[in-house]
Amino acid sequence: MDWTLTTDAPGRIVLMQGNEAIVRGAVESGIHFAASYPGSPSSQILGMLGKIAKERNFYAQWATNEVAAFQACLGTSLAGARSICIVKQNGLLCIADALFCAAQHGIKGGVVVVTSDDPGSHSSTNEFDSRHMALSASVPMLEPTNMQEAKDMVPYAFEISEQTKQVVIIRLTTRVCHGRGSVSLGAIPQVQRKLDVVDEWDRMVCVSFRHQIMLDSLEQARDLFEESPYNHYSGPAHPKKLIVAGGTGCLYTKEALGLLGDPKDVGLLQLGTIWPIPERMLLDKMRTAEEVLTVEEVDPFLEDALMNLAGREQLNLKFYGRSEGTINRVGELDPDHVLPAVSTFTGIPQPPRQKVSDEPLLERDLNFCAGCPHRATFFVLKQAMRREKVPGVVVGDIGCYFMAGAEPGQYAYQINNCMGSGINVAEGLGQLSAYGMDQPVVTMCGDSTFFHTVLPGLCNASYHNSNMTLIVLDNSATAMTGFQPHPGTGLTAMGDEVKPMSIRAICEAMNCTVEEADPFEIQETTDLLTELMHRPGLKVLIMKQPCATLMAKSRKEKITVWVDQNKCLGDGCGCDRFCSRVWGCPGNSWDFKAGKATIDPVSCVGCGVCAKLCPQGAIIVEREEAKA
Amino acid sequence: MKQLAYDPLNIVICGIGGQGNVLAAELAASAMNDLEYRVAEGETYGAAQRGGSVMSHVRVSADTDLGVLIPAGEAHFIIGFEPLETLRIARRYANPGTRIIYDPRPVYPQSVLRGRTVYPDLEDLKAEIDSLCKEAIQVPAADIALECGDSRAANIALIGAFSCLEGAPLDTKALEEVVAQRFKGAVLALNQKVFALGCKAAKEAVR
Repeated sequence: MDWTLTTDAPGRIVLMQGNEAIVRGAVESGIHFAASYPGSPSSQILGMLGKIAKERNFYAQWATNEVAAFQACLGTSLAGARSICIVKQNGLLCIADALFCAAQHGIKGGVVVVTSDDPGSHSSTNEFDSRHMALSASVPMLEPTNMQEAKDMVPYAFEISEQTKQVVIIRLTTRVCHGRGSVSLGAIPQVQRKLDVVDEWDRMVCVSFRHQIMLDSLEQARDLFEESPYNHYSGPAHPKKLIVAGGTGCLYTKEALGLLGDPKDVGLLQLGTIWPIPERMLLDKMRTAEEVLTVEEVDPFLEDALMNLAGREQLNLKFYGRSEGTINRVGELDPDHVLPAVSTFTGIPQPPRQKVSDEPLLERDLNFCAGCPHRATFFVLKQAMRREKVPGVVVGDIGCYFMAGAEPGQYAYQINNCMGSGINVAEGLGQLSAYGMDQPVVTMCGDSTFFHTVLPGLCNASYHNSNMTLIVLDNSATAMTGFQPHPGTGLTAMGDEVKPMSIRAICEAMNCTVEEADPFEIQETTDLLTELMHRPGLKVLIMKQPCATLMAKSRKEKITVWVDQNKCLGDGCGCDRFCSRVWGCPGNSWDFKAGKATIDPVSCVGCGVCAKLCPQGAIIVEREEAKA
Repeated sequence: MKQLAYDPLNIVICGIGGQGNVLAAELAASAMNDLEYRVAEGETYGAAQRGGSVMSHVRVSADTDLGVLIPAGEAHFIIGFEPLETLRIARRYANPGTRIIYDPRPVYPQSVLRGRTVYPDLEDLKAEIDSLCKEAIQVPAADIALECGDSRAANIALIGAFSCLEGAPLDTKALEEVVAQRFKGAVLALNQKVFALGCKAAKEAVR
């Protein structure tokens, strides 16, 4: 849908994903520079910017990590460029130091950071609320309600950024990023703003005397937000009951009020300017109100801010929301949490619903994709560990292989902190071998994570000769987030081919012992890993096997895998239904009628590893050249 | 713009990661946007593209911008790629007026294959789905797609079937056009065949 991103057709209404809307907003802002490290739910944004960058004459980069991305934006700001940095909530935490310093040194060309929070942790390990970063860094933050606002807020954020000389953050949540809505397009600037010559006396330097200047710029933003078109009020002029909602909470609240018959005595204030809060506008309604319900994603951020404000102004108000418990404290907002809250708050009963069974239904656990090389790697790791008298310690990391901590990876690891942490956690454990801990220590990282944060840790672990093994799961992609390129792939966001960096050469330059293996060669690789675990010092084992999803897309031949049920002995085999029960690939299923193994033709990608593992050789792999 | 049978009109599309249900939702949503309705669409997938439950909500209105999630009990249509997932969604979103179209082919959760749990009886699943809605039609979408040569086209079979439902906001012609815009060459030909067979299967099931 590239044309919706770059066609200059103001007023035209198109269906856009929230992530697309941000891209379109960046194009309508005439950006010069964009950088990001992938993170769900906002991974698609830079991918799309990269595709249209040449056409729109700006630069777009998949950076090695978020800090590199954000600080590059700061550099371009000095030359007057408009830049946008896209991160997820964990990525925003990564850039904390840089952000706090930037807030104090200020900016020249507009700098907008788009951060995507993941309430309910759909594709994250936590529900961190980015709004705390705006508060503690003292920078303005906006949050859109729908796809239209997601687009419109980008140029607005650049205006605020340049007026207040401050970084502005736009907070998205998963429902906005991955949702779609009708968006009316705006105009695209015909002429891109010229860059400045950097003057000898230009300054963007973080020094302590700028603390007050930073706070003054925040107050300037507050004044601008008092008149912002992104804050709306509907309801009586002097409501007794006031609902303040931010982000997706606004639409859920509107819908709930509709289902309750649109009560006339309730006021709804939709807040798009999240930080600093427009105090005059809020107080205008809060002074006459008796009760306030706050509807917002993740933490009771606005609720706390309103309580602070009420305390300072000595208002006698009762507050309801996520801290008080009218709304679920943990997890995502949705209409089914907001409706009961609004019903309780207004005293209007919910409409009746048909009765349904409360008998629990089977849940579907996450699994590695069919044919995923990680399944083989963790099978190898578990086998190697089981050979030990005292099994070793496995330290996890963040990527698709996060799932290895559950059934798909046979509950592989005992500790897992954040992205890129495995090498450091394992380094510490590895030093204990001189102090009585006689267990091998193994950790892992993906190829993209290797470049993102593992490099300094590896440097540290190797220099201090920690006794440990690092497995690099080299599947040639940032698979978790949708196959973005990284420095090992030889590609850039803008589609240029460049010289790839060799993970092996980097490890060797850091004086590590390096071996490579194919995880699909189960036996051979298990032997190699066992041997490595017993060698002293720091070892790196690079598992080379491309991501199954990428492989299936690029494969030329047609592969059919099937079970010869005459050969499969079923439960009489003694393998304990190895393929479907132990191996656990979605392609391996069980024919309950025949009592024999079977292949699910819908899921199977034809990697053929299960055929090598079946003790009866009952799984048959047939290859034929695909018809064009 | 045709008058909607309901405003907002709510459709839930549900299945398992990798079945193409997200694309099916996007096709339906684009078609409605092209007809100048206000459309909101939400997808719940996250890491669920790796074997978990996936659902998409498509919401349509003549003039109102809606949240991307449908409130419980407010679905007018449910399109299911798998019977257990269809029941899961019917319990939460169906009401006595809801129309459901679903593929009765079970996809076993890992816990079933690993022998920890048992998949529900297919007749029980059907009976409970039937009890929760006005009408539930079974269409063997994956089988149709496999017979035509590509299991990935099961979503198109279901979209075809959906277009033939009474009260569907999109007729066969509008959805055929979206399919024709989205695909090319041999893939388009395959999808057109699957679409027609899905439509035929739905009509036969109603009879």
